[in-house]
Amino acid sequence: MTAPTRPTTPPMARAWTLGTRGALALLLLVVALVPVLFSTFVTSQVGLTSLWLGIAAVSLTFLSGHGGMVSLAQTSLFGVAGLIAAKLSVEAGWSPVAAALAGILAATAVGLVFGAVASGSQGIYFLIITLAFAQVTYFYFAAVPTFGAHEGINGVRPPEVLGDPVQDPARMYYFLLAVSLVVFFGLRYVARTAFGLALQGVRDDPVRMAALGYNVRLHRTLGFTLAAPVAGAAGVLSAWSNTRMSAGSISLAIAILVLTAAVIGGLNRLEGAWVGALLYTLCDTYLRGWTDRFTTWLGVVFLVIVLVSPGGVVGALGSLGTWIRRRLPGEPPAPAVPATAALPVPVTSKGAL
Amino acid sequence: MATQTAAARRSAPRFRLPVAASAAVLVGALGLLGVLWQAFGAGWGTEGNVPTFILITLNGLTLAGLYFISASGLTLIFGLLRVTNLAHGALFLLGGYVALTLVQDAGMSWALAALLAMVASGTVGLVMHQLFLRWNQGQDLRQALITIAVSLILADQMLAYFGATPTAIVPPEFLAQPLPLGVYDLSYPTFRLAILGAAIIVGLLFWLVYQRTRVGMVVRAGVDDTQMTSALGVNVQRVFAGAFFVGSALAGLGGVFAGTSLSLAPGQDQAFLVSALVVVIVGGMGSLGGAALGALLLGLVDQYSSAYLPPEYSNLSALLTFVLLAAILAVRPTGLFGKAA
Repeated sequence: MTAPTRPTTPPMARAWTLGTRGALALLLLVVALVPVLFSTFVTSQVGLTSLWLGIAAVSLTFLSGHGGMVSLAQTSLFGVAGLIAAKLSVEAGWSPVAAALAGILAATAVGLVFGAVASGSQGIYFLIITLAFAQVTYFYFAAVPTFGAHEGINGVRPPEVLGDPVQDPARMYYFLLAVSLVVFFGLRYVARTAFGLALQGVRDDPVRMAALGYNVRLHRTLGFTLAAPVAGAAGVLSAWSNTRMSAGSISLAIAILVLTAAVIGGLNRLEGAWVGALLYTLCDTYLRGWTDRFTTWLGVVFLVIVLVSPGGVVGALGSLGTWIRRRLPGEPPAPAVPATAALPVPVTSKGAL
Repeated sequence: MATQTAAARRSAPRFRLPVAASAAVLVGALGLLGVLWQAFGAGWGTEGNVPTFILITLNGLTLAGLYFISASGLTLIFGLLRVTNLAHGALFLLGGYVALTLVQDAGMSWALAALLAMVASGTVGLVMHQLFLRWNQGQDLRQALITIAVSLILADQMLAYFGATPTAIVPPEFLAQPLPLGVYDLSYPTFRLAILGAAIIVGLLFWLVYQRTRVGMVVRAGVDDTQMTSALGVNVQRVFAGAFFVGSALAGLGGVFAGTSLSLAPGQDQAFLVSALVVVIVGGMGSLGGAALGALLLGLVDQYSSAYLPPEYSNLSALLTFVLLAAILAVRPTGLFGKAA
């Protein structure tokens, strides 16, 4: 018997693959060269904002996509870390790095508590109990003078190495990009470990997982705790990028904004968080000049995406790619696997826990 | 026989001290004692704190009435359709603004304006249900996201049409004067008492329709088992549409009352959505009695805590309601009277 011949890919399909790979590479190149290609304003206003917003959103995407937990409390963890880091570095004179680590640690601890309390609920109850957490944190920081109440804390300085985020955002941009990559690959790694797979099992059918001997609440709690430092890091990076942080940065409107960014990008894929954050930030920066009713358009986009493509922009692009590839000559029909799964709603054994 | 004994053994009550629940009850009782001591500790005379206590209690009760009116719509929709209508706050504000425009610009009477505002809110809610929610039945998170998107659009459009200045609706003539209470020379805004009355009427009507009419029977059957009700020849979709209309109209009515006794401003939609959610969740989603109890708890805790907490903590009173919610959900994940979703 001869060695199995490798199936030759038809030229059109290969061109398509090369084309998409090339486009992706070009996109990554542009992302890597933002401070060189674009003005300081674009780098700081669009680049920095979409990166930290993306990190905040990916903590929600991870929870929702891999754990089935749509949380509105990510902004509160964001605020805990950001405000504590700002407080320690501005008023207590800590070094920015130490203050950041303390803030992220505090956010993780708060995340553990929130996760433990909320882990008993699922679906819509989970959404609402995390909404309550978001409000508790907001009202706390808005009321307590230690954290500047509504005024917030101004003059937050990032570490010297990163330079001035307003005048010269290039180094800050690369730092945020590096953190984004670490978070992306870290979360992707976690999703593929035994724990990550068990978490997805819990998402799909908690009752069956409990019957198999998994501790459902523990998995949910740990999943939530794991996403907390990510949200916390986003908070610290936001405080560094904007040189300030206040209770207004974590209001319900912001919590809904993070949810909007995550939904627009796509709740099923981690990279969707940054795509959604970038799209939101671009609209926020450039569309506001065009229309007074920016929020209406944002709502319309949100609505259309939820109705038409539950996988968000990333999911829609994926479906489009599959659709085109299947129509290329010579391509064998792809197996009937849906390119985008529906929103991860547990459909079986619902509410039995 | 063996299976029977196993089942019996499983269902036999095993004594377990409900630590968290007892702690919560204890803390609540201590809080109430603290309030009562502050109220009556200085004696019963006019010099003491009793008159203030009466006013604060009335504030709490009327606030509870307001919460109940808007929360009853939310709980009806959830109980029947399993839809968490996060656009409820926007419909609430819409009702208020419609009534405001009709009273202020068209010179309509308050009652007629309130009725039309209810119809307006109900219609918008119904359209939302028919266009976006109906074909997504059963996907509760997707439906919640849809209602969030709708609420963003509605809130922004209302900001465009009605502006950002807080405004209040002029109450009807006969309710405009304060009512003397007959004790301690106190008087209280009649309109706020009317809210309490309206809440009781809404609750009673709900109960009567639920328990005593054919419509209520169908709704109860639909809550228990939608598919079976449908199989028995009831047009469930029509019942759903009706429930969505009534629930949204109640949100609008709440908005009219809030706009008359407090004021209307952007941001109120989210504030009231959150309060209505807290009320409904504390009581258990879908339970009318739970909503009443939740509204009472929230209204009274809100008013007592902002009045009686020591001054250095009084700015934390807004926190307390959410701590209450989180504590109740941690002990009973589906609320006080809630059934599993």
